[in-house]
Amino acid sequence: MFEFHRNEQLLFSTVWLLFVVLTVVIAIGPALTSQSTNEPLPTSEPMTDLERKGLKVYVNEGCVYCHTQQVRPVKPDENLGRPSAPGDFARVERPGIWRQTPAILGSERTGPDLTNVGKRQPSGQWHLMHLYNPRAVVSESIMPSFKWLFRVVDRPAEDATVVSMPGGYGPEDGTLVATDRAETLVAYLQSLDQAPLPGQDAAGGGSKKGSTSSPAKEAGGPDGASIYASSCASCHQSNGAGVPGAFPPLKGDPVVTAEDPRRHVEIILEGLSGKKIEGTSYSAAMPGFADQLDDDEIAAVVNHERTSWGNSAPTVEPEDVEAIRKAMKEASDESL
Amino acid sequence: MTQSHRGATQSGRADRRVTASKSSIDEVVDADPRLVRLVFWYAASATFWLVAGTAVGEFLGLTFIWPEIASTSWLSFGRLRPVHTNTVFWGWSSLGALAVAHYVVARTSRTELFSYRLGWVALGAINLSVIAGDVQLIAGINNGGQEYREFIWPVMALFAVGLVACGVNFYRTIADRNTDAIYISNWYILAAVIWTLTLVTVAYLPGYQDGIGQTIIQGYYMHQGVGMWFTPLALGLTYYSLPKLLNKPIYSYSLGVLAFWTQLLFYTMIGSHHFVFAPIPWWIQTVAIIFSIGMIVPVVAGTANFLLTMRGSGTTISHSYALPYLVVGVVFYCVGSLQGSVEALRSANLYWHFTDFTVGHSHITMYGFVAFLIWGGIYGLLPRLSGREPPHALIGAHFWLSLSGLILYGVSMSIGGTIQGSMWIEGVPFIETVQAMTPYWVWRAIGGTAMFLGHLIFAYNLWSIWPAVSESDEEAADV
Repeated sequence: MFEFHRNEQLLFSTVWLLFVVLTVVIAIGPALTSQSTNEPLPTSEPMTDLERKGLKVYVNEGCVYCHTQQVRPVKPDENLGRPSAPGDFARVERPGIWRQTPAILGSERTGPDLTNVGKRQPSGQWHLMHLYNPRAVVSESIMPSFKWLFRVVDRPAEDATVVSMPGGYGPEDGTLVATDRAETLVAYLQSLDQAPLPGQDAAGGGSKKGSTSSPAKEAGGPDGASIYASSCASCHQSNGAGVPGAFPPLKGDPVVTAEDPRRHVEIILEGLSGKKIEGTSYSAAMPGFADQLDDDEIAAVVNHERTSWGNSAPTVEPEDVEAIRKAMKEASDESL
Repeated sequence: MTQSHRGATQSGRADRRVTASKSSIDEVVDADPRLVRLVFWYAASATFWLVAGTAVGEFLGLTFIWPEIASTSWLSFGRLRPVHTNTVFWGWSSLGALAVAHYVVARTSRTELFSYRLGWVALGAINLSVIAGDVQLIAGINNGGQEYREFIWPVMALFAVGLVACGVNFYRTIADRNTDAIYISNWYILAAVIWTLTLVTVAYLPGYQDGIGQTIIQGYYMHQGVGMWFTPLALGLTYYSLPKLLNKPIYSYSLGVLAFWTQLLFYTMIGSHHFVFAPIPWWIQTVAIIFSIGMIVPVVAGTANFLLTMRGSGTTISHSYALPYLVVGVVFYCVGSLQGSVEALRSANLYWHFTDFTVGHSHITMYGFVAFLIWGGIYGLLPRLSGREPPHALIGAHFWLSLSGLILYGVSMSIGGTIQGSMWIEGVPFIETVQAMTPYWVWRAIGGTAMFLGHLIFAYNLWSIWPAVSESDEEAADV
């Protein structure tokens, strides 16, 4: 019958043809179908020029080797956002004749997933400090310092973005400024924020909503220390001391140690920026967590902050948070 | 054949030694000096890339412990990681396997290699592509961060030129054979070239790779870059080197043929198991998982064939300096491949995906399986070409450094990765899972250091069996 072992022409043309057929079935066909049927989500914005340039830096510096942008519909990913949809990647295209479409999904999580990093950490100052030396803001980090994305100058130009590093982490002389590449990369990172799926309200895109059966809750309420570590410590630090000039301390802070917790809860819900605290101004803005943390979680983290690092202030109940949230919503509805 | 007899007298003489003494070369092959030179230069290029690529790997391993040592652009993890992977893939493993393959194709076809010129063209093109690609990556230009596709297309086109040259050369040599049947090694070796050429073309063509289309092609490409290139190449070499060194025929020719066709049918379908739970079509993931389990057929068929060939030859193996490499290679082929099948299952993937477990897996396969089979081929066959006896003790030192290093590497990454994955499921804050990995990264660096030292010894060993150079040879080598 088949004389494969005697006829090299028959053997190797069969080997090639079979491979081509399987390739079309498992790779080229589905890729073509996916590319032509996947529309970007109507709720998503096209990438700006700046963000596209930032994506290029992201790829060239190899960020993809340690960071995924892929939320799977499974338990370890349930705090990262909603599960990724094909449409989330529909705007990622071939950047030109020399390169192929970037592989931003990633395959390894030596560092955290970045799908929603723009929502989780919207502060540009934080990202610049973190890129210049990650250990300045996350002391246990093993990420490389991307120092070549910055320049040290004697006198920064007027439109330059100056980066103020905490003591010991900045350059010895001169002023640290971000290069264009650093600024575009940060613009790209800030843009990483999942668009809500059609039919889902904006808040529904938030991560924690709907995860009513998280392990912490089953064990009798969420763990404030753990939420603090995930959502707060990158700026305010795990010892509550903050970073001088950039992120205020929570240890001994007048709002955190105040008898009435109302203002403390309000700041966590709506964020804060540009305010002098005990005579010091801070460069970075704090995002609001109203969409990301539910009442139980906010109460837990508020109580953690009020009872740690030597702080001992009255604690709150989830019902208090619910009431403050409601009052704030009514106030903002009235002002409209 | 006096191999076992000679081995016995040697071990009798050295009865106070801890290790078995090794037999010397039992035959010097009267091969065309042009072939000998070509094979050795492939091996020398491969060895250069092995030392360079694993020096980079060693450095990368240390940055996990001392991140500040990599604060310069061209030393940073993001740029050097693809330099490491591409250098050991396209430089070391490809050229190392092709070194032996050029000899095996000609030898098993009982004829001359069709063209030495084509052999040199392929070597030059592949070396150039790795040089250009590494420079490109270090300079901060990346094709798109797709693993093993980081070289931009003009650079990868050079590699493809090398593949075409090898393909034509092997095909014409096989067509000119003085044997009735095409020996099974040549099925694997030439098929690997044909498949990889197709694979690279599909991966680099535009038109269907925007959005999630890119991810589907990446799953197909990254997995088969390993399994339709290095796997069949390494297996093809072993179908020659193992029976040759044991001085007996392969256990079953048919089992080799069964493994060949099932490799083609099953392996081609499984690439997307790297994207289980990703937003690519669910049916592709399911097909990938099912065929990953199907891979048990070619893996068990291949492993059984090799082990049954070895059966009863324990003395020959222990007195050979090359055969232990083949034993390790076959064992890790089996272990690594079955590990891959398990990792594809959704329940196991949940724990291990994105963790360092996969880094351990890729070293168990590319190193324990592919590199050890290449070393077995080089140590087993090249001294017969040059007629120079290698230093047995140093071949042993290389063996034990590489094997113990790999075991440290594989075990630490497997345990660490499992812990990491479990912590993610528990919902522990991410930075704590990074801290928990530190001891495993230290063990990985210790293992990696042993492996790297082994490579330096290997380079010395290759130099020590280098064919005696006549003046006319030197001129040819300068060209």
